[in-house]
Amino acid sequence: MRKSVYVDNNATTAVAPEVTESMLPFFTEHWGNPSSMHTFGGGVKKYIDEAREQVAALIGAEHPNEIIFTSCGSESDNMAIRGVVDAMGGHPHLITTRVEHAAVLGPAHYLEDKGFRLSTLEVDEQGNLDLDQVRELSMTGKKTVASIMWANNETGVIFPVPEIGNIIKEGGGIFHTDAVQIAGKLPISAKDEPIDLLSISGHKLHAPKGIGALYIQRGTKITPHIMGGHQERGRRAGTENVPYIVGLGKACDLAMQRMEQDAAQERKLRDRLEAGILATCKGARINGDVNNRLPNTTNISFEYVEGEAILLMLDDVGICASTGSACASGSLEPSHVLRAMDVPRAMLHGSIRFSLSRYNTDEDIDYVLEKMPIIINRLRELSPFVQDDGKGCNCAGGCGIG
Amino acid sequence: MWEYTDKVTDHFRNPRNVGEVENPDGDGLAGSLACGDALRLTFKLDGEKKICEAKFQTFGCASAIASSSALTVMLIGKTIEEAEQLTNNDIIDYLGDLPKQKVHCSVMGREALEAAIYNYRTGKTLNKMLDGEVVCHCFGVTDKALEKFVRDQNLTTAEGVTDACKAGGGCGQCIPEIEKIINRVIGEEKAKVEEKPRMTQLQKIRIIEETIDREIRPILRRDGGDLELHDVDGDRVYVKFVGACVSCPVSSVTLKDVVETQLREAVSDSIVVEAV
Repeated sequence: MRKSVYVDNNATTAVAPEVTESMLPFFTEHWGNPSSMHTFGGGVKKYIDEAREQVAALIGAEHPNEIIFTSCGSESDNMAIRGVVDAMGGHPHLITTRVEHAAVLGPAHYLEDKGFRLSTLEVDEQGNLDLDQVRELSMTGKKTVASIMWANNETGVIFPVPEIGNIIKEGGGIFHTDAVQIAGKLPISAKDEPIDLLSISGHKLHAPKGIGALYIQRGTKITPHIMGGHQERGRRAGTENVPYIVGLGKACDLAMQRMEQDAAQERKLRDRLEAGILATCKGARINGDVNNRLPNTTNISFEYVEGEAILLMLDDVGICASTGSACASGSLEPSHVLRAMDVPRAMLHGSIRFSLSRYNTDEDIDYVLEKMPIIINRLRELSPFVQDDGKGCNCAGGCGIG
Repeated sequence: MWEYTDKVTDHFRNPRNVGEVENPDGDGLAGSLACGDALRLTFKLDGEKKICEAKFQTFGCASAIASSSALTVMLIGKTIEEAEQLTNNDIIDYLGDLPKQKVHCSVMGREALEAAIYNYRTGKTLNKMLDGEVVCHCFGVTDKALEKFVRDQNLTTAEGVTDACKAGGGCGQCIPEIEKIINRVIGEEKAKVEEKPRMTQLQKIRIIEETIDREIRPILRRDGGDLELHDVDGDRVYVKFVGACVSCPVSSVTLKDVVETQLREAVSDSIVVEAV
């Protein structure tokens, strides 16, 4: 059988067997409508409540009813930004960053087109934010709505959300954070931090695709985007997706119990993978602040070789990773995150992201470390820019290497 | 995930003719690191002036590598004249097909071939300097290159630009940006032509009066209205509507769209017209 190694867990994760198991009865036995008056349906409601408590526990919400179930992280982000802006009225000043997920940039740019003022914070070469910049923007005296991610999906770089939240709140603004990548990987606590809204996604933490949640701190005004039902206390209408809600609850509970050991294992494997690649692959460099990252993520650029080619060669040997290369995206644009970090052009097209989960093993890392140097060497042999005699590059001058 | 044909996958996994021909007769490079793909093609001719050896080095994605490999296979056995006839579509046909967004990979093959043949004929390097920011990522065309195309060839549409340099002809995402560049260049050209000489206040007033008499009044009189010049203060022109204009609900539109536009054209762009 062909060996298969999955190291693309920031894209999606395997559904944990415990999660699948917890969901099955809600397809086969307890398939009633939780809004029904009869026991068969109405009796399901308590499982939703239990799941809500499990989600609340993972993200540190004070009250379970601060959690709204949604269909995905993108819905949570959209609901948070547009719902808060709508409820606030007028034209609040929007603040976000250049490296957000498209689910935040999408609604932000939509509102900008509608006439809202949008400020987009820059990051430095390490992918970190300048807090003074946040301070300056939030003190304009205008009402603000800020949406700033907790951890970056491409590089794993973590933003100082508590400090950012404090600054935004001092200025009287509303603060939303996209915690999709950090939830379940590192401990977070919504009640202890100045956070008004927080998004999570099920399939990034071993629940299935099609379920997410939004934390809305008590007292935060938000206009629902799906109307016409009393579900989720009127804040998101529609019959509850019971099996998936139960699955998300179970996944959060598992993550709570295993977080420390999972993070330690992922960090160990990630560090070994990274060190091994840097030692054996020519022209490799890490993108993002290595001292301030999720434990499971590494983003590595390879000089003079192109990401899609690396990815397909990895795919040929059963390794699943992802790339920020332009050629791999439908848009032909290289990663907006790496561009925001001013990654040199020679490195921009050859980035590969490896993201681990609790299911990765030492054997997985051995296998990737065995294959990577072969692939990089092969592609470097093909590349016209690799000059082992040190003469520099053959290109017409566009690369800036000389 | 791209849908590649078996032939593309085969040429990516097992690329033919990789490397550099020793003492080549032709040597050409297309693309750059900044664009995300580049291809260096070298070839050698035999006694019958046919290509007996062709090799490539490619920085790029799977389809760029496959296109390069296919190109070398297609070239071997051809005379320069025959090779010259090869188009990027021939490369695509050879590979079965390429996704639309990957067509530029075959174009890069054609460009490297042109560069290598140019080098064979002249001994020189076809040097396409990449200056500025890449606008068209499919074909690696920069804003500065686009400006030059638009200016030199008096291009006025994005289609014209695509025909001239292929920019915008791949995925088409950069077309709005190309249109912006066209508008900017056209604007600059227009400004150059229309720069008006400085005039004294008296000259200005005379031209204003003339323009009102000749251009503006006839328009207003058609609808039973009229206007009088009240005062001129620097670039501020004060006029007084009379006749039907006084009670006209759209006289403020007329003021801007007719009076101010006409006076700006005749006198200067900084003219502001106000009604008293």
